[in-house]
Amino acid sequence: MKESTMAKYLILKHYRGGPTPVVDLPSADQWAPEEWEAHMQFMRDFGARLEETGELVDSQALTPGGTFVRYGGEGRPPVTDGPFAETKDLIAGWYIIDVESWDRAVQLAGELSAAPGPGGTPIHEWLEVRPFMADSPPATE
Amino acid sequence: VNEPLPPDLVPAVIGVLVRRGADFASAEDAVQDALVEVLRVWPDDPPRDPKGWLVTVAWRKFLDAARADTSRRRRELRVEDEPVPGAVEEVDGTLQLYFLCAHPSLSPASSVALTLRAVGGLTTRQIARAYLVPEATMAQRISRAKRTVSGVRFDQSGDVATVVRVLYLVFNEGYSGDVDLAAEAIRLTRQLAAEISHEEVSGLLALMLLHHARRPARTGPDGRLVPLAEQDRSRWDTRLIAEGVDVLQAALARDRLGEFQAQAAIAALHADARTVEETDWVQIVEWYDELVRLTDSPVARLNRAVAVGEADGPRAGLAALEELDPDLPRHTAAAAYLHERDGDPVIAARLYAEAARSAPSLPERDHLTRQAARLNPQLRI
Repeated sequence: MKESTMAKYLILKHYRGGPTPVVDLPSADQWAPEEWEAHMQFMRDFGARLEETGELVDSQALTPGGTFVRYGGEGRPPVTDGPFAETKDLIAGWYIIDVESWDRAVQLAGELSAAPGPGGTPIHEWLEVRPFMADSPPATE
Repeated sequence: VNEPLPPDLVPAVIGVLVRRGADFASAEDAVQDALVEVLRVWPDDPPRDPKGWLVTVAWRKFLDAARADTSRRRRELRVEDEPVPGAVEEVDGTLQLYFLCAHPSLSPASSVALTLRAVGGLTTRQIARAYLVPEATMAQRISRAKRTVSGVRFDQSGDVATVVRVLYLVFNEGYSGDVDLAAEAIRLTRQLAAEISHEEVSGLLALMLLHHARRPARTGPDGRLVPLAEQDRSRWDTRLIAEGVDVLQAALARDRLGEFQAQAAIAALHADARTVEETDWVQIVEWYDELVRLTDSPVARLNRAVAVGEADGPRAGLAALEELDPDLPRHTAAAAYLHERDGDPVIAARLYAEAARSAPSLPERDHLTRQAARLNPQLRI
């Protein structure tokens, strides 16, 4: 009794955070232009392929800047804090995918992590895969 | 209005086009194009024969597309260029269309999408909204599915079991966005039951009706989940329940039990109880035994353990639960419930909180969190 067909997952890219990097990458400005272009082309191809397989929901990139905000109390402006140059965990962007299984989500993240870096070799980037919580429970009890 | 709405006509009209020589994918496109014309023309000028009208317009759309296609690349057409005049053929391809859309070469998600479009007559946009994905993504899923079955012969008969499973998946998706998929699944299963007499099609229809009948009572006004035991049974739809029971009894009388009949029987026993105390748990456990025998499903075993807890007491339920894999979805929630029934609020509160952390949906997480919150103050006294 399989209960549903597809499930959504977030593949999260981090500027910083997560396990220790496998490949010690120089910052992007140190890459050769064609290395950078190959990297970006890989990302575009990845997104296009997901669209073609009917698995893409959304993909976005975030700038590293930004700040923390919280309620400041009755009649007061919101309180802001940051930006923090040294924040341990910094989200860079995401893909949202709609796939048949957890295994498929992990497989896709693994493929995305093979994006080429300097010298054209895979960067082995750590990506975080998170299941979405469903809006509604199954219609049967 | 006595005339059936266009979505009910969609599979029949696709069937007619295919029998006239169109390939399935083009026929399906042509009917979708014709539905756009329906919206444009019918409000001011409703046809006397909607099906005939739809066939004529869809056939014209098909020929237009085929001509445009041939002018681009030479393509073998199995059709004559002239529309066939006169009445629509009586032969109906609706059942074949169900089989094709649930073809074993398709993934469950592809089958679901194709069934909703080709059999259900929904637009790609409606299906995309129902499954909360972009329209482009759903369009890709549907066109891939159509490519996958392009080589399948349309007049081949298929396996009813795969069709029933696809419709069950649609039903279980519930309702989000602007399409009520549960109601849509019921409509398609009714239509299938009218095409073919099969005990599991009836079993599934009964199961859907019996669950749908209780839907108004399953959520509170704030959207919170109301467990079966606490539901206001006066809000159950007695007409749907009566229909579900009738359909189920007719199916069971054929003496070919299947998993959907067994599930429907369990739903019927719940629906039959005027109060939760009147529930016939002993019979429910017996039906779960049948269901486990038929499916060997871990979900069925889990539900059986909870039913055993009601029939033979929480200790028996916990013992049944102990034999199952603790990583099963909702295993912890079931254990929490049975421990509370067993008079152990300390363990129950801890397990409810643990279950809430791994709940697969928001309503379930909220429900489990409330259960833990309900017990915790009592523990501090």
